[in-house]
Amino acid sequence: MSRRGVIVGVDVGGTFTDLFLLDLSAGRFLTAKVPSRRGDEAQGFVNGLNALGGAAEIATIVHGTTVGTNTLLERRGPKIGVITTSGFRDVLEMRRRDRRRTWGLWGDFIPIADRDMRVEVNERTLADGRVRVPIDPAEVQTAAAHLLDKGAVSVALIFINAYANAANERQAVAALRAMWPNEFVTASHEVLSEIREFERSSTAAINAYLQPVVASYLGKLEAALTSQRFPGQLHIVQSNGGIMSTAIARRLPARTALSGPAAGVVAGVAIAKASGFDDLITCDLGGTSFDVSVISGGKVSVAAQTTIDFGLVIRTPMIEITTIGAGGGSIASVDRGGLLQVGPESAGSVPGPVCYGQGNSHPTLTDAQVVLGRINPARPLGGELKSLDVDAAELAIAKHIGEPLGLDTTAAAAAIVKVADARMAGAIRLVSIERGHDPARFVAIPFGGGGALHVCALIRQIGLKNALVPRFPGITSALGCVLADLRHDLVQTLNVVLDGLDDAGIERRMRAAGEQASSVISGAGIAVERIDVQYELDMHYVGQTHTIPVPLPVVMRDGSFGMSEALVQSAFEAAYLGSFSRLLPGLAMRIVSLRVAAIGRRPAFDFSVFAPGPAASLDKAEIGSRQVWFDGGWRDTAVWSRLELPVGATVSGPAILEQPDATTVIEPGFAARIDRLGNLIVEPVR
Amino acid sequence: MTTLDPVTLAVLNGRLVQIADEMDATLYRSAFNPIIAEAHDACHGIYHAATGATLVQGTSGLPIFVGAMAFAVKAVIDKVERDGDLAPGDTYLFNDPYAGGTHLNDFRLVRPLMRGGRVFAWIASVGHWLDIGGNVPGNYNPKATESFQEGVRIPPVKLIRARIIQQDIIDILAANSRVPQSNWGDLNGQINALDLGERRLHELLDESGDDTIAAAFAALSSRAEALMRANIAALPDGTYSYDDFLDNDGVTDAPLRIALDLTIAGDRMTLDFSRSARPCEGPLNIARSTAIASCYVALKHIFIDVPANAGCLVPIEFNIPDTTLLAVSAPRPVAGYTETILRVIDVIFGAFSKAAPERAQGSPFATINALSLAGWREQRQRWIMFCFFGGGLGGNPESDGLNHSNNPISTATIPPVEILESLYPVMFTQWALRPDSGGPGRNRGGLGAIYEIEALADDGADVFLIGERGKYPPFGVNGGKAAALNRFTHETDQGAKNPPLVSKVTDIRIRRGQKVRLETPGGGGFGDPAMREPDRVLRDVRLGYISPEAARRDYKVALNSDGSLDTGATTKARAKP
Repeated sequence: MSRRGVIVGVDVGGTFTDLFLLDLSAGRFLTAKVPSRRGDEAQGFVNGLNALGGAAEIATIVHGTTVGTNTLLERRGPKIGVITTSGFRDVLEMRRRDRRRTWGLWGDFIPIADRDMRVEVNERTLADGRVRVPIDPAEVQTAAAHLLDKGAVSVALIFINAYANAANERQAVAALRAMWPNEFVTASHEVLSEIREFERSSTAAINAYLQPVVASYLGKLEAALTSQRFPGQLHIVQSNGGIMSTAIARRLPARTALSGPAAGVVAGVAIAKASGFDDLITCDLGGTSFDVSVISGGKVSVAAQTTIDFGLVIRTPMIEITTIGAGGGSIASVDRGGLLQVGPESAGSVPGPVCYGQGNSHPTLTDAQVVLGRINPARPLGGELKSLDVDAAELAIAKHIGEPLGLDTTAAAAAIVKVADARMAGAIRLVSIERGHDPARFVAIPFGGGGALHVCALIRQIGLKNALVPRFPGITSALGCVLADLRHDLVQTLNVVLDGLDDAGIERRMRAAGEQASSVISGAGIAVERIDVQYELDMHYVGQTHTIPVPLPVVMRDGSFGMSEALVQSAFEAAYLGSFSRLLPGLAMRIVSLRVAAIGRRPAFDFSVFAPGPAASLDKAEIGSRQVWFDGGWRDTAVWSRLELPVGATVSGPAILEQPDATTVIEPGFAARIDRLGNLIVEPVR
Repeated sequence: MTTLDPVTLAVLNGRLVQIADEMDATLYRSAFNPIIAEAHDACHGIYHAATGATLVQGTSGLPIFVGAMAFAVKAVIDKVERDGDLAPGDTYLFNDPYAGGTHLNDFRLVRPLMRGGRVFAWIASVGHWLDIGGNVPGNYNPKATESFQEGVRIPPVKLIRARIIQQDIIDILAANSRVPQSNWGDLNGQINALDLGERRLHELLDESGDDTIAAAFAALSSRAEALMRANIAALPDGTYSYDDFLDNDGVTDAPLRIALDLTIAGDRMTLDFSRSARPCEGPLNIARSTAIASCYVALKHIFIDVPANAGCLVPIEFNIPDTTLLAVSAPRPVAGYTETILRVIDVIFGAFSKAAPERAQGSPFATINALSLAGWREQRQRWIMFCFFGGGLGGNPESDGLNHSNNPISTATIPPVEILESLYPVMFTQWALRPDSGGPGRNRGGLGAIYEIEALADDGADVFLIGERGKYPPFGVNGGKAAALNRFTHETDQGAKNPPLVSKVTDIRIRRGQKVRLETPGGGGFGDPAMREPDRVLRDVRLGYISPEAARRDYKVALNSDGSLDTGATTKARAKP
């Protein structure tokens, strides 16, 4: 069998590594789910590829990773140094003078670079770009030597006003690279050439913090792939949902912060769209976290910057995703106040839930699901374990939850699930209801290993219209890796007044930037149908500090975009009226920066390959029944093999639908129907 | 009246708050002066048709405005009652501090949301304009003894009539500001916000029904009241007193007492400020509405779970007589109102620390350091850089105080150095944490900051400052110590100088190349500093948060010359009573 054109999406989560293989020429696909290896993710990755038949004939691997986010959230990164302009070493720690919450003054902040690891050098550029104090490369090298001496592995160079003129930063970074013992050197203008020193500093420092982590991770991965005789290319999903090369991921790891979750959103949107839904909420429940994103009118919300945690700002375009620490591996406990808590601590996949029998004795959400009969103990996820230890799960829940709360084991397990449901519903509310979206308009797309276990509770608690459980909920993010377009973004500060615009000059810059971004895409070595280049200006009235994005309605014709003052003005005014009710005639307009995005469009995916075949039938799908606990008591519950259910089949709750990568629970009062693409539509019975 | 199930109520609350949030965001993005655009010194909300009481507030608006806006809307309601004549889209504008304003820079726009010819609710916008005349560019005149020296006072006037802006009023405003274009841009931003709020609210009413939304307003308010009562009832009955002082009023160098007797009786609370100083000559007075708004801010910081609407004030009784500086009327000057309300908030925190020591917190830095640098560009064009600065928060039961944060009255982020330098002829030479500024404590107060600014313009710059805490530092609680004092220094041809009134500055000009320097207070400490774990003290020294001298003096921790712990000396020092 030829594997030319075989592409594999790999999503490495905290608990499981999910894989989706698409063989375009043969029109077939394979899926796999294996345990992640915390600290040795490459091994889980290779195990997954082996489960698909090995790496030797795969052309392309696209990878979604949470290495970056986890490093930041858990502050597990290396010791980094910062070299900055004299007088400004505390920018990173002073933030924008904010606090954690509007109301309430408690809590402190620990920056990712300690104060004694931030050193100043004598240099200064003014706001208009003039260099007031030139840089002394020797001083930079002395500062760097000092940081190395104190154990810095990576370094960020951040000069005030480098957005206006990066000359000092360029000279300094050259001197730095000449003596720094590794490639982990980040200069702020290389990461973000935009005004606002804190946002640029934070992005640059986070980049420095992640560089060694991501490089070591990718290094191990590439070595493992080489040893598996992988002949193709490895790519990484960015936080904006587009794909980039590993070379860029090493250079700009700050762009990978939401890599894995972004892939899930990409898949969720594509799946919903194919089934005719435009308003959706993706709900990704993995082993350690629950990630939610709202898509209204088919449009993914992209934020210009994200706060990963208080004071940790990354300014680069990202899909808006809200994360809470609740997953299948989340540990349930009773706190000192007698309150039942689920998460944020997680047992991961090693040791994993108590029922895995790998040494953890603290009950998890998964243990509760097992005790309630919702997860089949004979068919654990991930394929490594033969069966789950129900007795051990019961014992742990009785001891840690039942006894302190005075509940029997079943009631204690039910309480764990209820608390987890409420936390997830809270996260969904935050992004939907609390932002004014009416949930009755939205379909939930639950996925990840555990999403479909909670589908009815989420519909019920939030008042959602219904839910669509994808054909392969457990590997949805891996599917997203295969579906994602390639994308490369560039920003340049122009700072010119519109009046008297140099048409030819701006055309030249657009052309150059467009070519540069396109070449990154075409050089990535992954098949695309076409490359779209989008041009946008950030503009404002002179005197404003914020800008609005002004998409330029231009195409290249006979080597020209047809740029003119009038064209830009009318585009600006249209965009301004889209955001605000009043234009300010007579005031001068300014172009602050040029943004160029090159998007390599991937071939459209035909979801009908997922549709159940003609052989599927209710008879084949019927497995039997078992006792499952629902609100009110144990119920004799039908168990179905999900993938054998034919198109149009309807299953009424209570019911359990099993498949290798996930379990779907249909509560009493709900029904599920298979749509023409094999998705499961879950609705309350009215 | 319609009763709503909890889920519907939650959805509607979310949509209403979203409308106010979008109004906030619209103004931030379209404003001209960085105090609104970058520092978010603005607020939007939805208010009761008949009383003006706050119904819904944006989450990002300035806390102090949240409390004050209700009084502003009431002033407009009174005006409409007198004048009659109200049509959809009519918009009132004013900055009168004595009619529900705060100080003259804060311009309020109030518009009715009309349904079927009747006012259903009011929507309002407030934003801090850069300059509105008066003796001092930026209006922070520390020497003002009458409102007239602070700027132009506009009572509620109808700016938009039958959807048409009254150009006459715009012309009067423009003629009375040093930066009319900046004000014009900000005014348009506020109108953008009101237009958006009006449109969104009509959409919601059309969709959900007027009765349903009215029921939601009522339910949200009674929920806030019930929660506030429950919080008060959980505190031990009794009277708790706390006094603190302002440095001076900017005119006479004499301290001003702010005194509170806080009484808990069952589920009610009385805040009695009648022992406070008399109205002062300088601009440290506030109107009674502003005083109540600041009480609201303090209580919301203590009882975090109570929703932000008028219901939470129902169980509170106020005694703020007009014999004090906390309830003045025109034309007493009020430009420095931020300093006075911060002290009002401090004494509430102080009294509360006696009622519930386990939830006490050290005083925050509690001065905004309103600094204006002003001068002329080429062709006699005015420039005014106005900025207020950060400091440390108090140590608390959970953690050390946050370094370099904003005040309880504000969520304003500080404008970036790069934005300020791109707009004004100044260069910052330092923007740093200030060592030894946090109050010592088992949980230390957060650090204040050092800001140093050099004038780049040929003419240099005129300098004005209204600050506080130059003589009375932010206090500690439960044995925690006070933070460092606020300090302002300016270069002169004769060397560096500190102003005679410490925290109030006027009539100073620095030349090109000379600097001003602000060193802001940290927060007060929480608990006995000698109880702080030596490891944490060592870390503070290593990071330069505190000096080795302070470690020895305040924390009784002795260090060896290599920075390690001198165990013997430390044990001995800590054993002394």
